[in-house]
Amino acid sequence: MDTSGLNFILQAAFWVTVALTISGAAIAVFPRNILYNVLGLALALIGVSGFYLYLGSLFVALMQLLIYVGAICIAIVFAIMLSRPLHVDIPPRSAGKVWLGILAATVFFIGAAGVALKTNWQAAAGHVYKASQWSVQNIGNALLTRYELVFEVISLVLLVAIIGAVITAGFSRRISS
Amino acid sequence: MSEGLLGFEGFRLILGMVIALSFASVNALFLVWLERKVSGHIQLRPGPMEVGPHGVLQTAADALKLIGKELILPLKADKKLFFLAPVLVFTPVLVGFLVLPFSPGLIIHDMNLGVLLVFAFSTITVLAILTGGWASNNKYALLGAVRSVAQNVAYEIPLLLAVMSIVLMVHSLSFSHIVVLQKNVWFVFLQPLACLIYLIAATAETNRAPFDIPEAESELVAGFHTEYSGMGFGLYFLAEYTNMFIVCAVATSLFFGGWNGLFGISLGIPGVFWFLFKTYFLIFVIMWVRWTFPRVRFDQLMNFSWKVMIPLSLVNLVITAIVVKII
Repeated sequence: MDTSGLNFILQAAFWVTVALTISGAAIAVFPRNILYNVLGLALALIGVSGFYLYLGSLFVALMQLLIYVGAICIAIVFAIMLSRPLHVDIPPRSAGKVWLGILAATVFFIGAAGVALKTNWQAAAGHVYKASQWSVQNIGNALLTRYELVFEVISLVLLVAIIGAVITAGFSRRISS
Repeated sequence: MSEGLLGFEGFRLILGMVIALSFASVNALFLVWLERKVSGHIQLRPGPMEVGPHGVLQTAADALKLIGKELILPLKADKKLFFLAPVLVFTPVLVGFLVLPFSPGLIIHDMNLGVLLVFAFSTITVLAILTGGWASNNKYALLGAVRSVAQNVAYEIPLLLAVMSIVLMVHSLSFSHIVVLQKNVWFVFLQPLACLIYLIAATAETNRAPFDIPEAESELVAGFHTEYSGMGFGLYFLAEYTNMFIVCAVATSLFFGGWNGLFGISLGIPGVFWFLFKTYFLIFVIMWVRWTFPRVRFDQLMNFSWKVMIPLSLVNLVITAIVVKII
C-alpha cells in the first residue's frame, strides 16, 4: 500500500485540526455574542480532542469531548440566561477588562510556551498510532500514583465550587423568600 | 490499523455510514408511524389508516411533503446558526451507529471504547438544540432550549453512573465484549436498578414524555423547534427518532443481552433479529410510557433527578464496586 498518500492525509488532517482549534478560539474571544463564544469554545475544545486522537489516545480524546464539550460548555451555556436579546444594541467593550484579558492570556502563553520549549521532545518510535502507551490502565495508574496530589487538588477545587454554589443559592433563596 | 485506514477498514466505514444513514431514515419513518399507531390504539382509535395498508405509507407521504416545503427564516433570527443547528443535531446521532453491535460480525467498527464514544458524542445534541432554540429569536424556542439544557445536565449524570456500574462489572468499554459476557445471564438480572435508572434517564435525554418539557406543546407551542419548517423541522424529527433507536439499542446491548437469546437459548434465530426485536420492544415501551403518563412539572423533573436518581445511582455504583472487589 502507498504510505505517502496516507501520510499526506494524516498531515492534512493535522493542519485542519489546527485551523479548527485556532478559529474556534478566535470565535470564542472576538464576537460580542455569548452564544457564538460558547460554540467557538466548543469548536476549539473539539479541535483539542482531535490532537489527542492524533497523538494516539482515543480515550483521552473522548474524555476531552465528554468533559469539556459535554459538561463545561453546557455549564457555560447557562450564561445565555444573562445574555441580551438579539435585537438590543451591544455596549462597547470596557478597555480595562480587555487589557486584563490580554495580560492573563500573555501570562498563560508565556508559561505554556516555556514548558513546551523546556521539554525534551522525542520523536515517537514507529507510527503515530500507539494506543497501548495511553491505555485506560496506564492513565488510571498514573493518576492515582504519580499525579495523585494534582488529582486531589483538582477535586478540592470542584468541592469548593460546589460548596460555593450551595451557599450562594441558599443565601439568595433566603433573601428572596 | 494504519495500513487498512484507506483500504478495507476505510471502505467498511464509508459503506457502514451509508447503510446507517439509509437505515436511520427508514427507521424514523417506521417509528413515526408506529408512534401514531400506538398512540391511536391506546386512545381507542385506529390511527392513520388511509395511505397504504393500515397507513404504513402515511409517514412516507408526510416526509415527501416536508421535503417540498419552503424553509422559512424568521425575520430577526440568526441565519447561520439557524441553519447550522438541524445539521449539528444529526451528526452525533450518526456517530452512534459506528459502534452498535447488531450481531457478532455486523458492527461497523468494533472499538474498545465504543460505550464512551456514544456518550461523548451524544452531548453535542444538547448544544445543537440550544443553538437552534436561541437562533430562532423566539421566546418559546429559547425557553425550550434552556429547559433542554438543564434537563440534559441533570439526567446525564445518573445515565452515565448507571452505565458505569456495568463497565465496572465487566472491566470493558467495548460493546461486543459486554454483549459476549451476557451469553447466559443478561445484566438486567444482575443490575436491575441500573437498568431502570438508565431507561428513565434515557427517556429524559431523548426529550420524550413524561420528560418532554423542552417542547411541551401545551405551554411552549413546540419548544426549541417552534420556528423550523420544512426539512429543518424534518431533521430534528429524524434526529429525535434515531436518538430513540440508539438509546434503546445501547440499553439492549448493555442490559438485555444484545444479540444473545434469553438464558443462552437462541431458538435458532439469528442474533441480528434478537437485537432488533429487543430494541424495538424497548422503543415500544418508551412510546407506551409517553401515551400513558402525564408530563411532569419542571421542578418535579429536577428534584427527581437530583434527589432520587443521582443518589440511587451513586449507591448502586458503590455497591457494585464493593461486590466486584469481594468476588
